[in-house]
Amino acid sequence: MSPAPGRARRQVGPPGEPRRIGYLFVLPAFAVYAAFALYPLLKAVYLSLWNWDGLTLATWAGLSNYADVLGDDRLRGAFGHALVLMVFFAVLPLLVGLVLAAVLHRSQVRGLGFFRTVVFLPQVVAMVVIAVAWRRIYAPGGSLNSLLGAVGLESWTRGWLGDYTFALPAVGVVGTWLESGLVTVLLLAGMSRIPKELYEAARLDGAGPIREFLGVTLPSIRAEIAVALTLTVIAALKTFDLIYLTTAGGPGHSTTVPSYEVYRQAFEIGQVGLASTIGVILTVIIFAISFVITRIGDRVTD
Amino acid sequence: MSRRVLRTIALAGLTGALGLTACTPGSGGTAGPSEPAPNASVTTDATSLGEVTLTVWDQEVRGGQEKQMSTLVSQFQQKYPNIKVDRVSRSFDDLTKTLRLALSGKDAPDVVQANNTRSQMGAFVTAGELVNLDPWAKAYGWDQRYPASVRAVSSYSPDGKTFGSGSLFGLPQVGEVVGIYYSRSKLESLGLQPPTTWAELDAALAAAKDKGEVPLVLGNLEKWPAGHVFGVVQGRYVPADQIRALGFGQPGGDWTSPENVKAAQTLVDWVDRGYFNSGFNGQDYDPAWQSFTKGEGVFLIAGSWLQADLSAAMKDDVGFMLPPPSEAGGTAVTTGGTGLPFAITDKAVNKDAAAAYINFITSPEAMKVLAENGNLPVVETSQQAAPDALGKDVFAAFDAVSRADGLVPYLDWATPTMGDTLGATLQDLLAKKLSPADALARLQEDYSEFTSK
Repeated sequence: MSPAPGRARRQVGPPGEPRRIGYLFVLPAFAVYAAFALYPLLKAVYLSLWNWDGLTLATWAGLSNYADVLGDDRLRGAFGHALVLMVFFAVLPLLVGLVLAAVLHRSQVRGLGFFRTVVFLPQVVAMVVIAVAWRRIYAPGGSLNSLLGAVGLESWTRGWLGDYTFALPAVGVVGTWLESGLVTVLLLAGMSRIPKELYEAARLDGAGPIREFLGVTLPSIRAEIAVALTLTVIAALKTFDLIYLTTAGGPGHSTTVPSYEVYRQAFEIGQVGLASTIGVILTVIIFAISFVITRIGDRVTD
Repeated sequence: MSRRVLRTIALAGLTGALGLTACTPGSGGTAGPSEPAPNASVTTDATSLGEVTLTVWDQEVRGGQEKQMSTLVSQFQQKYPNIKVDRVSRSFDDLTKTLRLALSGKDAPDVVQANNTRSQMGAFVTAGELVNLDPWAKAYGWDQRYPASVRAVSSYSPDGKTFGSGSLFGLPQVGEVVGIYYSRSKLESLGLQPPTTWAELDAALAAAKDKGEVPLVLGNLEKWPAGHVFGVVQGRYVPADQIRALGFGQPGGDWTSPENVKAAQTLVDWVDRGYFNSGFNGQDYDPAWQSFTKGEGVFLIAGSWLQADLSAAMKDDVGFMLPPPSEAGGTAVTTGGTGLPFAITDKAVNKDAAAAYINFITSPEAMKVLAENGNLPVVETSQQAAPDALGKDVFAAFDAVSRADGLVPYLDWATPTMGDTLGATLQDLLAKKLSPADALARLQEDYSEFTSK
């Protein structure tokens, strides 16, 4: 069966002993990490405590920026929209990915590599291109409306990205399309690791395809699901380019998201302190969510 | 090494990093809010300045803009071989995003194109990073060359608080005016002349709708386009000085006045009567005007910046007019202003050389070069040869409205947040999510929160 986990851990005299030498090995990477990730992060936390326009002398704000973010309907709304996008970027792709991967894995599809490439393709294309293409699709005279018209649903046609009800789901669908491929490929990789014997045993016990999926496949790929969720949730929460290029937060403020607000506050309005605050809060949320997901994933693999 | 040592190292790292940051943001670099340092000795003789290198940041990157600028730069260097111009061009978006950091940095450029808005020029003036141009304006006679309404849009009080009056902080090359493009053939097929009064325009819109045409083309996905439509309608009802107070964010304006309500109501009426193309809030700006060139719609409310593109696509079929004056024979009032003004930075080493450069690229000869390359010169517009029929309309319109002081500022200049507030509010208004009164109350909130400071 699978190699005993932990064999590597039990080596005598692990590499990097004595510890001092071990830290020395880590140092170069840590220095880079500190300079490009830790220092900016701390600086952002520091800036979030000031009222600063990026030009003149800042004034001390304390925690008032945090109070502003929590008290502002529009900024709270932005975080709400990010949560909605999480459903479209993470939950839906997971469902789509499970179905697609299960189908591709079970039946010996000819040209599997081709299908894998096709579903993964959106990940490779630059977001600008994706956004411009989907804008065309959603435009009042765009392909979606032409399609609806062709099947006799003229009454459903609209300017999708300018519609108060549909703009956010419309952007979300782009995310679903975008992330499904990544999730599918991840899950497929996980499924290919599952020993055939498990399926044989299940089949001997009289399990159908659905029982097989629930009893064998799903438990075996929990680690991959955790990875997929971590990646897609972070993608959902940090969405900026898609919003910036499709709706600019509109119509009204119905599709703004935190990272778009960071950009707007810092570069358009010149509220660097408040922008940092939003960024810090977003970082905390992303950290908390991915912490929970990885914890669940870890527990399962142990 | 124990866990404690590790923790000590981590803590030391953290405090070290914090120590690096622990000074008030913004305390490095800038001189702080500046006095309007009136330069006592202004030299207009650029040949006597010795060897100078001028770093210039502009956003003249597109076709005709790029051509006029490179022509002028080479002419300037021929005339003043002692001044070397180091020109850095980047797109409007890139320029506005990078200017803040560049100006507060150690080696700032000498001459920059800064957007007139409060969040750009206003903020830079407040921070003392742009030079008060009044001494050079007097020495070079810029105050004669440029009409008051054009100078106003590049003027701030020296503390940056008041916009639209005070001292000159920049000088623009090109003019901009929002007006009404129309399709000649469509009007002809409706049996109409280009309207000269609002009553005629109303009638033309109604007639177009009756005949099954789209009366007005609008692509408002980007939020800002509706602001130009509103500006045109506002000019019909609201006196110019009131619009100016609102647009410059000066105290004393009132968004909720009955005249503004009438303007907002007119937009809603246009929506109710189906004058706009359907789904306009979800339609991109560029495809919208492109569909106009392909024969959709009778009128298009837009700015002079579309002149070259519309003319190329529609040839003689397209015409341009100012919005009709509120009463026959009166002055047309419409949104407009200038392209991005050229300003001198506080860190410029040789400010006289910088001023000489600005003087050169805004001179009457420069205006000819601008016009030749299809740009709308900001002054002496009517004396320039327009590139084509549509250009003639646009040049004449800008000349008329700027000299009659009928140009009113872009409404989003008022406050740092107004661009976004106005765009989102007008989307809400046009989608009937907000009544005219509520929409104007929201604009008033943004405006008065700023002006009360």
